Amino acid sequence: MDILLQQIINGLTTGSVYAVVALGYTMVYGVIQLINFAHGEVVMIGAMVAFSVIASLAGSTLPPLAIVLAGVLAAIPACMAIGYSLERVAYRPLRHAPRLAPLITAIGMSIILQHLALLIWGRNPLAFPQIIDNPSFAIGGAAISGVQIAIILLSMVMMAGLSWFVYRTRFGIAIRATAENVHVAALMGINANRVIAATFVIGAGLGAVAGVMFGTYYGIAHYTMGFTLGLKAFSAAVLGGIGNLPGAMVGGLLLGLVEALGTGYIGEMTDLCRWPGAGSGTGWMGERCADGEHFVLFGSNYQDVFAFLMLILVLVFRPSGLLGERVSERA
Amino acid sequence: MGWSTRQKFGLACVALALVALPFVLAMAGTAWVRITNFAVLFVLLSLGLNIVVGFAGLLDLGYVAFFAVGAYVYALLASPHFGLHLPFWVILPIGAAVAGIAGAVLGAPTLRLRGDYLAIVTLGFGEIVRIFMNNLSAPVNVTNGPKGINRIDPFQVGPLNFSASDNFGGLTFSGPIKYYYFLLIVLLVVIVINRRLQDSRIGRAWVAIREDEIAAKAAGINTRNIKLLAFAMGASFGGVAGGMFAAIQGFVSPESFILNESIMILAMVVLGGMGNIWGVIAGAVLLSFMPELLRYTVEPAQKAMFGRMLVDPEVLRMLIFGLALVLTMRFRPAGLWPETRHKRELDADRK
Repeated sequence: MDILLQQIINGLTTGSVYAVVALGYTMVYGVIQLINFAHGEVVMIGAMVAFSVIASLAGSTLPPLAIVLAGVLAAIPACMAIGYSLERVAYRPLRHAPRLAPLITAIGMSIILQHLALLIWGRNPLAFPQIIDNPSFAIGGAAISGVQIAIILLSMVMMAGLSWFVYRTRFGIAIRATAENVHVAALMGINANRVIAATFVIGAGLGAVAGVMFGTYYGIAHYTMGFTLGLKAFSAAVLGGIGNLPGAMVGGLLLGLVEALGTGYIGEMTDLCRWPGAGSGTGWMGERCADGEHFVLFGSNYQDVFAFLMLILVLVFRPSGLLGERVSERA
Repeated sequence: MGWSTRQKFGLACVALALVALPFVLAMAGTAWVRITNFAVLFVLLSLGLNIVVGFAGLLDLGYVAFFAVGAYVYALLASPHFGLHLPFWVILPIGAAVAGIAGAVLGAPTLRLRGDYLAIVTLGFGEIVRIFMNNLSAPVNVTNGPKGINRIDPFQVGPLNFSASDNFGGLTFSGPIKYYYFLLIVLLVVIVINRRLQDSRIGRAWVAIREDEIAAKAAGINTRNIKLLAFAMGASFGGVAGGMFAAIQGFVSPESFILNESIMILAMVVLGGMGNIWGVIAGAVLLSFMPELLRYTVEPAQKAMFGRMLVDPEVLRMLIFGLALVLTMRFRPAGLWPETRHKRELDADRK
């Protein structure tokens, strides 16, 4: 089996999910220049709602695809409602307050959402019922599953749909105008409140689908999943250039690839026994490495570190991201 | 600042109450002294975070990571794990320094950027520290992984062992009571440092940056270095608190240093009043005793009403912290006990 190709396929799959979540961050940021801290939790709730619907319908005679679709269709409005209330409760009342204020309310909201989910769905990970058979296709020595293909295609469709919406419709123009300058946009007759609320709602809707995709891919949903997923998606958004839609897509895919390849190869790369000179020597290292032993400094259990390292590196060397404008020091 | 006779009298009463407190609590059970000790630890942590969030206006969401660094430094240097048994007055400064350096290293790349980046990066950093604590048990066992490090040495001053009981003048000084007095002294020192910092050139620079960074820069403040200083200083307070935590607990594991702890400390600072030392102390005391309060009110109430526990007090506690953050920022952004900077300025005019 071709490990490199396999890791690329896996990376593209998770990367697509990151990209879709990152779109939610980047849209909100583009319009109000604030991070939607609770976005990860919205994605988590999407996965949880879909789980409940899918699990309760799993025993019925409906076709499996229809059940999954029902789950997605239930998750989207639920998340949109949460996204809207987030904006109304945590962001809108504090729009003219110091920057710290909405960040703190958003943190509060995400803690509340997380623990409400804990109350409703419990402390244990929920296993998604495996109702669709997941065929595996061989390409060039690697395998790609039906779910992986579906995730990648669905993400592409959503990104294309969002691009069309933002760049080709009247409301999209309003969003871009507000992102450019809220006050001037308001003078042009754009209802800024509606536009801002809309970015939260659209981001939440995308997040709902991403949550379901993530849940079905890993087969599991948990009330803490939003935290890491959100952190990674945010890193993806920064990597691409926050506030920039194509940037979020590129950043998501890239981050997925880096993470998959990094996790796949870090064990070999940090195995000191494979380093020239180290393993073959006579001293302490030589003894440790005798008989093909390994001395792995960092194994695949450091998977979650890659996104963070990437975030730090981007912030140090190119804070504007790959496709973004300059991020100023505006306090 | 001169104190009136009445203030002096009040202060003496408070001091007397604080000195007598552990013996009163010990009558109700040593557990209460321990709970109080942890409350004082959280007061220390909140005061540290207050430097970062309250004075300088930088949102740090991974503060518990510095607490963890301090705790692990103590655990590694004073336990059978590496066979090292350094005395605490050597380790605590080391812990403070290591945590401070970690803070500076983390802050350096992000402090040039907007505040919300810092928030996210610190959030990530908190998580990364936890991942490392969990996984640095192979190939060389440094942190002992999720099992944590136990049998950590207690404080020892000459013949005085902080884990044993001693009798002085008819009073029994149990271990927790000795730690209580030690913590009280540290707290006093930290409060004095904080007060002095607040009124110093650096403290005023922090407030200037918090209020308007561009104006602060224009006024000749080296904003990056001053912010870095706030960050490193806050972190080193966390490191000291962590070292004491490790000694009091006798055991550290990654479980004690999760995101929820960072949020809890943040809630204490925000609820009490960002930037106001006394407010932060009050907020920390209030929120650290809350779990006990819930244990004696909500648990029996739920059992009486529904016959079983519907809402786990731990979950309820986090929900209350979340609500505290949202409601405080919405309705009392300066906290329950707001900073009296403006009042002080007016008072100064009158003199």
